[in-house]
Amino acid sequence: MRDRLFRFVIDHPVWVILLSVLFAFGAASGAKNLVFKSDYRVFFSEENPQLTSFESMQKIYSKSDNVAFIISPDDGEVFKPSTLAAIHQLTEESWQVPFSTRVDSITNFQHTWSEEDDMIVEDLVLDPDTLADSDMSRLKEIAVNEPLMLHKLISEEGHVSVVNITVQLPGVNPVEEVPQVVSKVREMRDNFIAANPDLKVHLSGMVMMNNSFAEASLSDNATLVPIMFGVVILGMVFLLKTISGTIATVVVILFSIAATMGLAGWNGMFLTGPSSSTPIMVLTLAVADCVHILTTMFYEMRQGVKKEKAIQDSLRINFQPIFLTSATTAIGFMSLNFSDSPPFRDLGNMVAVGVMLAFIFSITVFPALLRLLPLRVKQIEEGESDTMYKIAGVVIEKRRILLPGMALIMTAIAVLVPMNQLNDDFVKYFDETVPFRQATDYMQDNLSGMTSMEISIDSKEASGINAPAFLKTVGDLSEWLRAQPETDHVNTLSDTIKRLNKNMHSDDPSYYKLPSDRELSAQYLLLYEMSLPYGLDLNNQLNVDKSSTRVVATFMNMTSTQQIEMESRIYDWFAENAPQYKVAIASPSLMFAHIGQRNIYSMLLGTSIALVLISVLLGFALRSVKFGFISLIPNLAPAAMGFGVWFLIDGQIGLALSVVAGMTLGIIVDDTVHFLSKYLHARRDRGKNSKEAVRYAFGSVGRALWITTIVLVAGFMVLAQSSFKLNADMGLLTGLTILIALIVDFLFLPPLLMMLDRTVEEEKEDNTPDSSNMKNEAVAKDSEGENDDSVNQLA
Amino acid sequence: MTLLTNSLKAVLISSLAAAPAVVMAETAEEKGLRIAEEAKASDLGWKDMQAQMNMILRNKQGQESVREIRMKSLEIEDDGDKSLSVFDKPRDVKGTAFLSFSHPVGADDQWLYLPALKRVKRIASRNKSGPFMGSEFAYEDLSSFEVEKYTYKFIRDEACEGGNCFVVEQYPVDKNSGYTRRVVWLDQAEYRPWKIEFYDRKDSPLKTLTYHEYKEYEGKHWRPDLMKMVNHQTGKSTDLTYQGYQFKTGLSDSDFNKNTLKRAR
Repeated sequence: MRDRLFRFVIDHPVWVILLSVLFAFGAASGAKNLVFKSDYRVFFSEENPQLTSFESMQKIYSKSDNVAFIISPDDGEVFKPSTLAAIHQLTEESWQVPFSTRVDSITNFQHTWSEEDDMIVEDLVLDPDTLADSDMSRLKEIAVNEPLMLHKLISEEGHVSVVNITVQLPGVNPVEEVPQVVSKVREMRDNFIAANPDLKVHLSGMVMMNNSFAEASLSDNATLVPIMFGVVILGMVFLLKTISGTIATVVVILFSIAATMGLAGWNGMFLTGPSSSTPIMVLTLAVADCVHILTTMFYEMRQGVKKEKAIQDSLRINFQPIFLTSATTAIGFMSLNFSDSPPFRDLGNMVAVGVMLAFIFSITVFPALLRLLPLRVKQIEEGESDTMYKIAGVVIEKRRILLPGMALIMTAIAVLVPMNQLNDDFVKYFDETVPFRQATDYMQDNLSGMTSMEISIDSKEASGINAPAFLKTVGDLSEWLRAQPETDHVNTLSDTIKRLNKNMHSDDPSYYKLPSDRELSAQYLLLYEMSLPYGLDLNNQLNVDKSSTRVVATFMNMTSTQQIEMESRIYDWFAENAPQYKVAIASPSLMFAHIGQRNIYSMLLGTSIALVLISVLLGFALRSVKFGFISLIPNLAPAAMGFGVWFLIDGQIGLALSVVAGMTLGIIVDDTVHFLSKYLHARRDRGKNSKEAVRYAFGSVGRALWITTIVLVAGFMVLAQSSFKLNADMGLLTGLTILIALIVDFLFLPPLLMMLDRTVEEEKEDNTPDSSNMKNEAVAKDSEGENDDSVNQLA
Repeated sequence: MTLLTNSLKAVLISSLAAAPAVVMAETAEEKGLRIAEEAKASDLGWKDMQAQMNMILRNKQGQESVREIRMKSLEIEDDGDKSLSVFDKPRDVKGTAFLSFSHPVGADDQWLYLPALKRVKRIASRNKSGPFMGSEFAYEDLSSFEVEKYTYKFIRDEACEGGNCFVVEQYPVDKNSGYTRRVVWLDQAEYRPWKIEFYDRKDSPLKTLTYHEYKEYEGKHWRPDLMKMVNHQTGKSTDLTYQGYQFKTGLSDSDFNKNTLKRAR
């Protein structure tokens, strides 16, 4: 059956190519349905507890997606008539931003004061045309002394100011809503800068972050995918010295990527930051199949076998190993389904499909193309094989040092794993070249960080927020929060009520305190609410029956661990000071803070299941329980070592890296499969001892492993250049792990085999080590001419 | 603020017959203005009014909250109406009283009596666009309808709950308004509003107000028992119900001043 398929491919290459083209294009046409969803919420599954709690908070109060214009005058002084006029105008225009529901700035801040029995509520800068230089010090005084504005809308020195737009995205068309907002605010920024050349503007906020997910990922694909194609083409031309083979490989890659993305589109999937790295991963992984087929084919042809026969032989020899390696790779990627974060599930499934498609294209359209394209073989000497034999010689000779030495190094690196810190800082998902990151870093340096926590305090009774004891708790909490070294800003109802109390007592500063009477607070609030303009109401701080209030704390940027610690510190504060109220803390920052850990736990399970599946598959393929177990070490060690090395490189792991172990497992298994199957072939079918078998394995697959590893590492290193750090880190660690896997397979696995699998004679020889060198020479000569026999070594 | 008369006042029968038999070459703007003037005229002469008003606020989570207000208003010729509202619920604002002299153009005069402070405070604010007591009704939605508050454009005739309706766009004159425009459905027989769509400052649909259960008082003044406001952007809504309408109870200017405010309970 299998042979008939190969026969058909060789005999009717044009048909096979036509059918493949038809299939690839049919599938690829689904790509038109593939759209990018730019919303940080996609990172969270619907059952994610932090998301659920945040969403319910948003339903009770209001949504808090925002865009922040960060304005910094060149002369470092916001309080100038011209600058305030510019901010006033920008504030007015901001109401025109699509989906905007609220605009906060220093100019429209609702300033309250009293004159005799009058209570005046007015924009801080009502009419910019009448501003005089003499007003400036008064306005600055008001702004920097107002806790609701300081560090949020104005810096302490008065050198940076923010216009903050709250948007309420309907979520009806998530693909277009964010870009709509972004294109409007960018247009506003450009006009603003043109009209006010002495003012600098940065754009930050959740909406800008959402947009950056899409922009960073898409620009990545526009630059990194072509680079990767270049790397593959150059690599193949130099290492395999074949133009036709390279062309055929590129076709397989193109078909695999196009069909994968198309099928994802037909399935109604959408793209997200992580899943947008699918093309580059499929590209990288698809190369390996082709390299194995080409290597064997060229070997045969050099032996004088005709092209058609060589192609067919190569397919026959490689069918099972590349099927097996594709399947294990797919299983590894499918372990991502255990991830708590849907984009990674999508990534896993898409790449798994891509890898299997690449396998199908490699045994159909690839040989068909090779059949039609001109192929010439020069009788060149196997330079790299010589190198491989040299490595084999060294490994065999130094096995007694390598085994404990490598074991020591592996353990030493692996013990570093727990020292990695858990951190998901969504700002740092983007590198410094991304404008959002620059803007947010600038905001962090001059005003406040992006880390926020929304604390909902429920009094459990209607109008309960007016109760003096409740207000005191809110006030105490706010003071306590402000005393924490991490805190930049606290937005709290208690400040508003204190200010109103002062206003109602002729602005007497001694009344800047919470009223002792429930009715007073209620009536102040009623008065205040009746005086506020559209969009600047208290509905974002109070729920509908005034039983609960939301305090929003903004912190300097913290690691996930620090945030979780801060979260529990706040809960502890309530347990100690106000256990009678129901408290919920939620925010996007906290969602990200928790997801790394959640994902690591869920991925531990996923990776374990993948490991079991893969080991069982290997045990069957190698027809040996013993070798199934031995294979565990070279399959597990690289991920452990990768994370150990990661501690030395970066030391922070999170969402993206928690999937790397599962993902790489399926890839690095390939090396072990190839190496062990050749080794066993020599041991079983040729009666060789373990040292000879190691030498044979090096000679027959060493070069292919070397080449595929170079390609894989190169591919993931290209991904590591991504400006989207989530993908970049994932690429870097994956590349690193694959490289380590090759080192382990070359330097640790052979000595291990030679110890655990040595023959009785070898045991004796080991007692007289002097003789081993001579013996090795002989084995080397013996194994050189034997690659043609390495047929059907599996099953 | 004439909490109740406002938009309702646009209500009234009468004078369709009195209207000159369709002016030739009337523009859409002129027609819109004419409809507004006719609507205003049709409800003139109610003199004073008292009613009990309840509000039920709902958020997206389905949580509810109730507000209860007693209100009195006085019709003022050639100016906005005067109104006095006394809050009964929530309990902690009980006895708070609000006096407003509305003006077609410019800031209204407003005073609030705070029983907890035992003081009358004048509120100096240009803002009429904020939510009234946390509800989906803005202060400007509840204040009395005056022709000068808007410019107009007639859009079309359309069947509606009240029979045949004029559909008219109204553009607020006050730059502090929260709206770019309102689209109003007025029935052609009685000039009663049936539906108003509100568009926010960026001209996106913001809220829809619908009127229900109209009753006729004093032979010409139509008032609804229920008004429903739905905010499309936040998913929140407010139902406004009226009970015990009384007209021509003999209220006068002296019932609407700072001093009566304290005694309003």
